[in-house]
Amino acid sequence: MTVTIFVPRDAASLALGADKVATAIAQEIELRGLDARIVRNGSRGMAWLEPLVEVRTTTGRIAYGPVKAVDVAGLFDAGFLSGGDHPLCLGLTKEIPFLRQQTRLTFARCGVTDPLSLDDYRHYQGLKGLERALAMSAPEIVQEVTDSGLRGRGGAGFPTGIKWKTVADAAGPQKYIVCNADEGDSGTFADRMIMEGDPFVLIEGMIIAGIATGATKGYLYTRSEYPHAIETMNAAIAIAREAGILGASVMGSPYAFDMEVRAGAGAYVCGEETSLLNSLEGKRGIVRAKPPLPALKGFLERPTVVNNVISLASVPVIMDRGAAFYRDFGMGRSRGTIPIQIAGNVKYGGLFETAFGLTLGQIIDEIGGGTATGRPVKAVQVGGPLGAYFPRELFDTPFDYEAFAARDGLIGHAGVVVFDDTADMLKQARFAMEFCAIESCGKCTPCRIGSTRGVETADKIARGIEPEKNKVLLADLCNTMKFGSLCALGGFTPYPVMSAMNHFPEDFAPTPLVEAAE
Amino acid sequence: MNVHVATGGYAERALSIIDDLKHLEGPMLPILHAIQHEFGFVPEEVKPVLARELNLSRAEVHGVVTFYHDFRDAPAGRHVLKICRAEACQAMGAERVVDQARQLLGIDFHQTTLDGAVTLEPVFCLGLCACAPAAMLDSEVYGRVDEHSLTELVAEARR
Repeated sequence: MTVTIFVPRDAASLALGADKVATAIAQEIELRGLDARIVRNGSRGMAWLEPLVEVRTTTGRIAYGPVKAVDVAGLFDAGFLSGGDHPLCLGLTKEIPFLRQQTRLTFARCGVTDPLSLDDYRHYQGLKGLERALAMSAPEIVQEVTDSGLRGRGGAGFPTGIKWKTVADAAGPQKYIVCNADEGDSGTFADRMIMEGDPFVLIEGMIIAGIATGATKGYLYTRSEYPHAIETMNAAIAIAREAGILGASVMGSPYAFDMEVRAGAGAYVCGEETSLLNSLEGKRGIVRAKPPLPALKGFLERPTVVNNVISLASVPVIMDRGAAFYRDFGMGRSRGTIPIQIAGNVKYGGLFETAFGLTLGQIIDEIGGGTATGRPVKAVQVGGPLGAYFPRELFDTPFDYEAFAARDGLIGHAGVVVFDDTADMLKQARFAMEFCAIESCGKCTPCRIGSTRGVETADKIARGIEPEKNKVLLADLCNTMKFGSLCALGGFTPYPVMSAMNHFPEDFAPTPLVEAAE
Repeated sequence: MNVHVATGGYAERALSIIDDLKHLEGPMLPILHAIQHEFGFVPEEVKPVLARELNLSRAEVHGVVTFYHDFRDAPAGRHVLKICRAEACQAMGAERVVDQARQLLGIDFHQTTLDGAVTLEPVFCLGLCACAPAAMLDSEVYGRVDEHSLTELVAEARR
């Protein structure tokens, strides 16, 4: 019987040498005349074990990692094709604690299947949600998504079902589903992992959104920094079209839906939905004032659903298992699961999908295992470059939209970036302002000018020039940006700045001005 | 520099790219990507052609091209080395990697080595935040970049 070996094709695995490992395995198979084949799967999301190679055995899939090309011959010598023991052997993949503790709903197939195999997709419950949706009326689908409690996973947390209903009720000659895959936040990679590891689930989610709202055309707007995701999505769309899942008659139904991938061009602000729409239309990625809502006047001024990748990719499982099943996970008004991305200076980094409600401390210390450097954790930035820095004193904060907001933070796209005690928080605050200055679209003054003044003010504090006065000035500037900016870029840049200043005052303490030695 | 494509003919070749893509809804970005893919940059003489074909003003086209970090007004080196400067990579010492790259190449960000081999650019996030620091050489990605692997990368790029 042909043995199946899995070597991930996820960009993070490739960045750690997965292609070389796959080549070495292919050579050994050839050399030893073995009956085995290689499947390039997505990533399981355990970055410290990548490249993670798996072998399918009679007892289940056995994992080995992190595998380097030089380890491959030794693995074959140890009989890894039948799950043989080896120093890199991790046992059954599903029993690895990091995976066993998760609740994988959105990422159920990611890392398990060949991302471009429709047979695999169907075998692991793929298209069940769409099949059920096709048997329902459009308002029933919208109701199901509303009842699930799903909120926008891009960061704003707006109820997905309500957005869909607005578009469904809007009149227009053409409506659109726009998937926001412009995942620019540092510390986040969930969108990328879905696009590279389970592209069909995103396609399925977009089709369901189209049927529910009367939209027949979809656009996936992603980043030029994600060439692998673009390639995989384009291939998956072509396969889905060929199979009659996309096209004039979705799976033989009266519904039409087709979609295409569009690449951004390196502008962070295009992750903001109105800026994204302008970019998609071919304009400068300038933020639009709201109202009008994109739901009513979005792409080309037509009714448009703009949803994040993870929101859309969560829809198929909701439709398949039902709203109540999904809603039963989570806490408060944060229902369902959230793929937490643990990154930066952390021992066990990767993607951890779980119900809302874990505390930040559990995520960092228990799941993440503390820092990679072994030094104490100083700060954790949650929610990307516009998210607040949390000190250890706030590690009891549960992962929940409202709980983070109550502590002047945000969960954003659920990325957590860990810093050890060598981090200089004044420098991080300065960087937040610098990043805002580089990426500001320029439409509103607080963001465009404020960010540059912020960098200068942070520099003055660092150089010990009237630090007390400049700290007051920086706080005042943050206040202006927070309440005077048009979108989250200028409006949220104060979060990292103010949290750094409030929680780590020692890093903002005046240092004596060094006199020139003359 | 030995990386220039033959001068002239930009407008003509751009026109055929535009013809292929202008049926799209919001064709500007796909066209600009295709033009940059073809020429390695967006030549000045292409802008009036784009304006005419898409019924826009030259100022509007110029505005779009200059808004996005990706689009170049001159060709890059033979290879483009991008190093991530975002927070997750900072937490793992990206600043050291950046300093080393500057030193090895003798250039700063947005500059190209004198031999035309390498252009050095910052990037804000490659989505490789759990295996930071990250870099990208042309379209190949690299994680956990350290002194040793960066030296190899730079050597490969200069070859």
